[in-house]
Amino acid sequence: MTDFGTSPDDVQFRFRDDGVADHGTVTVDACCDQTNATAVRIEPSDDARVLLPFLDRLALVEVHFPTFGDGRGYSAARILREAGYEGELRAVGDVLIDQLSHMRRCGFDSFAPDKSLDEEDAKRAFAQWDNVYQSAADARKTIAELRHE
Amino acid sequence: MYQYDQYDQAMVDARVEEFRDQAQRRLDGKLTEDQFKPLRLMNGLYLQLHAYMLRVAIPYGTLNSRQMTALADIADKYDRGYGHFTTRQNLQYNWIKLEDAADILADLSKVEMHAIQTSGNCIRNISSDHFAGAAHDELIDPRPYAELLRQWSSFHPEFTYLPRKFKIAVIAADTDRAAMRLHDIGIQIVEQNGEVGASFYVGGGMGRTPMIAPQIREFVPLDQLVTYAEACLRVYNRYGRRDNKYKARIKILVHEMGAEEYTRQVEEEFAHLLDQGVEPPLAELERIKPFFADPPFEDGPKSVDRSDPDFALWVDRNTVRHKHDSYVSAVISLKPVGGIPGDATGDQMRLMAKLAKQYSFDELRVMHTQNIVLPHVKIADLHALWTALEAADLGAPNLDTIEDIIACPGLDYCALANARSIPLSQRISESFAKSGRTAELGQLKLKISGCINACGHHHAGHIGILGVDKKGKENYQLSLGGSEAEDVSLAKITGPGFDEDGVIKAVETVTDVYLETREDGERFLDTYRRIGMAPFKEALYD
Amino acid sequence: MNILTGNDLKTGEVVWWDGQNWSLSVHDAVDVGDMGEQILAAEEAARRVNVPYALVASRTEEGVRPAHIKDRVRALGPTVRRDLAVPTASKTGWDWVI
Repeated sequence: MTDFGTSPDDVQFRFRDDGVADHGTVTVDACCDQTNATAVRIEPSDDARVLLPFLDRLALVEVHFPTFGDGRGYSAARILREAGYEGELRAVGDVLIDQLSHMRRCGFDSFAPDKSLDEEDAKRAFAQWDNVYQSAADARKTIAELRHE
Repeated sequence: MYQYDQYDQAMVDARVEEFRDQAQRRLDGKLTEDQFKPLRLMNGLYLQLHAYMLRVAIPYGTLNSRQMTALADIADKYDRGYGHFTTRQNLQYNWIKLEDAADILADLSKVEMHAIQTSGNCIRNISSDHFAGAAHDELIDPRPYAELLRQWSSFHPEFTYLPRKFKIAVIAADTDRAAMRLHDIGIQIVEQNGEVGASFYVGGGMGRTPMIAPQIREFVPLDQLVTYAEACLRVYNRYGRRDNKYKARIKILVHEMGAEEYTRQVEEEFAHLLDQGVEPPLAELERIKPFFADPPFEDGPKSVDRSDPDFALWVDRNTVRHKHDSYVSAVISLKPVGGIPGDATGDQMRLMAKLAKQYSFDELRVMHTQNIVLPHVKIADLHALWTALEAADLGAPNLDTIEDIIACPGLDYCALANARSIPLSQRISESFAKSGRTAELGQLKLKISGCINACGHHHAGHIGILGVDKKGKENYQLSLGGSEAEDVSLAKITGPGFDEDGVIKAVETVTDVYLETREDGERFLDTYRRIGMAPFKEALYD
Repeated sequence: MNILTGNDLKTGEVVWWDGQNWSLSVHDAVDVGDMGEQILAAEEAARRVNVPYALVASRTEEGVRPAHIKDRVRALGPTVRRDLAVPTASKTGWDWVI
């Protein structure tokens, strides 16, 4: 099985203190067959839930966005975080400025865009929302919770 | 009605600044049109046939006089002095400049309005019963639930890049005035064993493959409403088709998967999400409810002086029973004979705002039939109201008649259209007004779409007209027997299409068949259902 | 003839390629032969026009007439708001659209 996926050098933004996994990812199918794989790449048509039995051994999950308009990866990310996955969750592919804040909310903590993003624009995008209406994969209190504290 | 607190205001303000930045990046060339398009669409900005078009959200169709006045001012300042009320209970401006768009959004935010998610593959503006809070037959006011869902759906991090657009309607009466079962999700607030909850209908829609939504859950407790909606959306986001734009709506998923299997998956996801803290605290619903409390109704006269026949006719046609017997809901028709359905000038909007303040506790509603409602008008004030409306060409007495036509903008404005809709509606309303048969025909809902996307709801028309392109010429297909109401049904095509003159004549022909064969008290739709398509077909084509 | 149209990026106005620039009048449109794709790519990249496309038209006594009704509506304005017609296109009557 050939490793593929992004390398640590491709990661432009990372919100984690641990070391970057420096090995490639395998497909979801391969991950389910191989007992030693620690990094996996989810394509939009993959069911993220088949990975749930293996979360303990995974250090890196890449979620691939072949085009920014295919939003299945947002659900994949939340499903993994809801199941307690605490490793690196990396958005890769057609990752653009205006999707960053939502991706962050869905649990992505590392970003490897195909095309490097403007740092200033990205900084603003990550800080776009002071408050949020929905609970998601981040620990932020929702506006409704703040209203009723 | 609902008022923003500092959080709601901050969200809208942040969005204005985000869009200002995005528009600037587009003008600077940092964003391509392909990248900018979904962003501008999520702020309601389309590129239409003649210019940019801005669609402003009017959540659940409710607005106050200050907001209506602001809409009028924007029409005058940034557009060409008018706006168009749509079948989504929204308002569209037709002549917007990209360089003004962020300023317009900023003006809207000053009156607690926005254009967020009025387009794009996200959860759109939530629609509701235009008589909510006034209707005599509702269980409770559905708008607090619509507002709860508005907040949940605004900037939802997981559901902003869905397979396709997503429309939700919330009602709370057995009479359906919001085409609830023709929505991606239709919610009816119901009571069961003394407890209030929500019935979920999923997978309805119009467009090229119209479907009536099946019920997938009879009763969702109110403290799980948002969680259940989240489960419905997650299953759709994961499994809705993305290979074909025309098969991407949730109705296709529910149809292909089967309502039973879709329901099973939703229930599974729902059971999982119940532990995830998705639901806002119930206190939030309790916070929202008082915003929609009844205004201070007063007892007064319960009937009008009918000595002026024009006034009496308007009262009979355009006012609707209210839950308080000294009040009615009054419908301001935006369908003057020969006019453009749904269009209102800045001056007309300002007048409607003023009248709302004077006579309707400062409230207005937008109907999906492209008219405006003053929901709470004292019966004693009706004559003064009517006199003011008449003077501004807003007094057409034609609610739910053949002159009250729904028409999409069609080829006169819309880049997707194949044929013009508005000229047809103008000629049809003129012809029936002239022949004087409008009254005789009674309730007759005629709906016209200029293309298969069905913004003019032609599938749900008692009589529906669909404009198509036939070798570069406008051509119109006639259909009969649709309804958007609680007796929901989809119209069936009569046969080969007609040219413009031909379809107008065809509408006259089918109304003739109705008048000749109707039995006591039957509407056009009832007669059609009783006698079927054959007699109409025979009259049209033999 | 093959002509080019699009919308102005900033204002959204309907514009037509006159050989050097983008004009508000369809009657200024020139035949671009088989150069359409090349001109569109360059003009769009320079953000002098938005969402441009090529179309077939014919030159008539009344001026340049796009082959499809949709483009004739674009050229003149909504047929139901004749007061808002594109002024430079006014030499044609409204029958021209249909």
